Amino acid sequence: MAGLIIAESAIFTIFVVAYLFYLGKSITGPTPSEVLETPIFYTICLLSSSLTIHLAAKFLERGIGFAFLGFWVLTVGLGGLFLYGTAQEWHRLIYKHGLTISTNLFGTTYYSLVGLHAFHVTAGLIMLVIVAVFAFSGRVGVSQSGRVAVLSMYWHFVDAVWVVVFTVVYVLGR
Amino acid sequence: MSSNALTIPGTQIQARPWVDQLHQWLTTVDHKRLGILYILSALLFLAIGGVEALIIRIQLMHSHNNFVSPEVFNRMFTMHGTTMIFFVAMPILFGFANYLVPLMIGARDMAFPRLNAFSFWLSFMGGLLLYFSFLGGSGLYGAGNAPDVGWWAYAPLGSRAFSPGHSSDYWTLALLVSGLGSIGTAINIIATVLCMRCPGMKLSRMPLLAWLNLVMAGMVLIAITPLSAAQIMLLIDRYLGGHFFDTQAGGSAVLWMHFFWIFGHPEVYILVIPAFAFLSEIIPVFSRKPIFGYPVMVAATVAIGLVSTSVWAHHMFSIGMNSYANSFFAITTMAVGIPTGIKIFNWIGTMWGGKIRLKVPMLFCIGFLFQFLIAGLTGIMQAAVPFDWQLTLSYFVVAHFHYVIVGGILFAIFGAFYYWYPKMTGRMLSESLGKWHFWFFLIGFHLTFDVMHIPGLLGMPRRIYTYEPGRGWDTLNLIITIGAFIQAIAILVFVANLIISYFRGAEAGNDPWDAWTLEWSTSSPPPPYNFATVPTVASRRPLWDLKHPEDPDSHYE
Repeated sequence: MAGLIIAESAIFTIFVVAYLFYLGKSITGPTPSEVLETPIFYTICLLSSSLTIHLAAKFLERGIGFAFLGFWVLTVGLGGLFLYGTAQEWHRLIYKHGLTISTNLFGTTYYSLVGLHAFHVTAGLIMLVIVAVFAFSGRVGVSQSGRVAVLSMYWHFVDAVWVVVFTVVYVLGR
Repeated sequence: MSSNALTIPGTQIQARPWVDQLHQWLTTVDHKRLGILYILSALLFLAIGGVEALIIRIQLMHSHNNFVSPEVFNRMFTMHGTTMIFFVAMPILFGFANYLVPLMIGARDMAFPRLNAFSFWLSFMGGLLLYFSFLGGSGLYGAGNAPDVGWWAYAPLGSRAFSPGHSSDYWTLALLVSGLGSIGTAINIIATVLCMRCPGMKLSRMPLLAWLNLVMAGMVLIAITPLSAAQIMLLIDRYLGGHFFDTQAGGSAVLWMHFFWIFGHPEVYILVIPAFAFLSEIIPVFSRKPIFGYPVMVAATVAIGLVSTSVWAHHMFSIGMNSYANSFFAITTMAVGIPTGIKIFNWIGTMWGGKIRLKVPMLFCIGFLFQFLIAGLTGIMQAAVPFDWQLTLSYFVVAHFHYVIVGGILFAIFGAFYYWYPKMTGRMLSESLGKWHFWFFLIGFHLTFDVMHIPGLLGMPRRIYTYEPGRGWDTLNLIITIGAFIQAIAILVFVANLIISYFRGAEAGNDPWDAWTLEWSTSSPPPPYNFATVPTVASRRPLWDLKHPEDPDSHYE
């Protein structure tokens, strides 16, 4: 998983570089400062889900199945909320501001960078839900804590990437 | 009727093993079988890529030749480059890594056997996808078939306007798919080397082949992924109307170049480091001496890995970067020469004073040493920016990188074939056919690629499908083409040797070369579980310790 994370980091790096390189190079509007709003609430959701998944994995290690399940479901919920936030933002950008992936360079780079991250959140959520389903049917025990820890590592990575994306897109980019 | 009914079970019994065997090969997760599958698929694509090279060479044999049309010529050099790099060189090296790394570190399989199988089939299907473009590339548009944008696919050539139809999409998807396979294999190699070593196999005792493949796998992780990212961007441009590389909307063609070469240059080292690995195993065994300067070899490899990630823009001196960037990339490029030079000296140091046995694997390794040195020297020449401005995009560059890839990497791969074929099949490759192969290939190689430097110096650009007479290029190109055909004959001898020796070769036994690493301690070919009991190691040469209990290496390390 560490290897995969290194590889994924390289992919994200390239997209971040492209975003930074093309900042302000758009020939037509809209520009980031006109349309972007900082999604503070949803960011808090995603970042706190890192904490909840960490707690869940710890509880599983100690064999407290009930607490594990609770925090696991909470993680899924927070991740889902974050995706909803992204969806809302995209809906607003597309229908209110008319910004699509082919509108200008900002649109191209913004949607591909944020979309790549959202894709990773989605993939992570699918895996989390699979684990949750297994957990509800009582098949996730202490012996699986190693695998759950690997999954939790991936989720931390997705969160860490969001810190970078957030900084680049919503702080530096405006 | 009754006799028919009786014979049917008989035919079924005869047919079953064949189908069963095929089924076993197709569904295998055994690292040895996957390694062989990698190598066989690479040989298949080597033949295809070789034929493409011959078509290119026939077309350039004399001026105003009409053997193929310009369009076909473009497709041929694009497919030749893409095939040879992604579907020959990488799979063949991954194949050897797959086969040898677990055996050498005393493991029973790779860390993730199913991921291993998945990665192999991804890269193989990537190759098939690329070649399916000959059939499906026209799509509904009826324009183009195989990709014809060069293996760099520089923007804006890769964009919809200049590459209609689906040929470039096949190229993009094939590289994306095989790239995912490479990442899977790299993760697998790293996990295997770090977690699966047998008792006593400390990192400082690991065979150099395992060390070098570990570095190579690390480089795959950070070098292949930028290419994948760039391919995703290209797909967004082509299908979703994005503007990454669309200069008319403010996008940048130069950014594609950067992304491509951030992959492209480390890729050379991804290919050459496993070749170094073969040399580091073969030269000591055939010089009857342990490798000279083991820790320095490891350090030099890591240094090459690190420095080579910051040299990419030396492919782009002619696009007009500022002088700071030019100087930076010129200096880093020359700096790579230092650890590489250390390696060459260490191999010579290993041979120095050794009892050299000039068997075929060793012949190929010695060929490598000379040719790789010259390839490195022409590389340093081109690191000098003004010199590069003169010669970039000429046949001098083509000669240089073929010197690296054919004269270096391919020679090392041939050496590895002759060295490990007995382990893989239980039979020796014929020594006399091997010598024919070596000398034919050596002569053909030098005819082709030594001479190719000269039309480059005379100003012949690469990627032209024909040229005017009277520029002094005709004779040279004819010689180059003749050399290419001599190489083709050598390859035929090699393939004949592989096939004949498989059936008629001498029995190899466990350890035909009197070698020192763990793969030679098990039977040839090794059983599916590799080692009946997991070995314990006390030095860098475990088999030496076994054979010479009175004077083991472990006393000195």
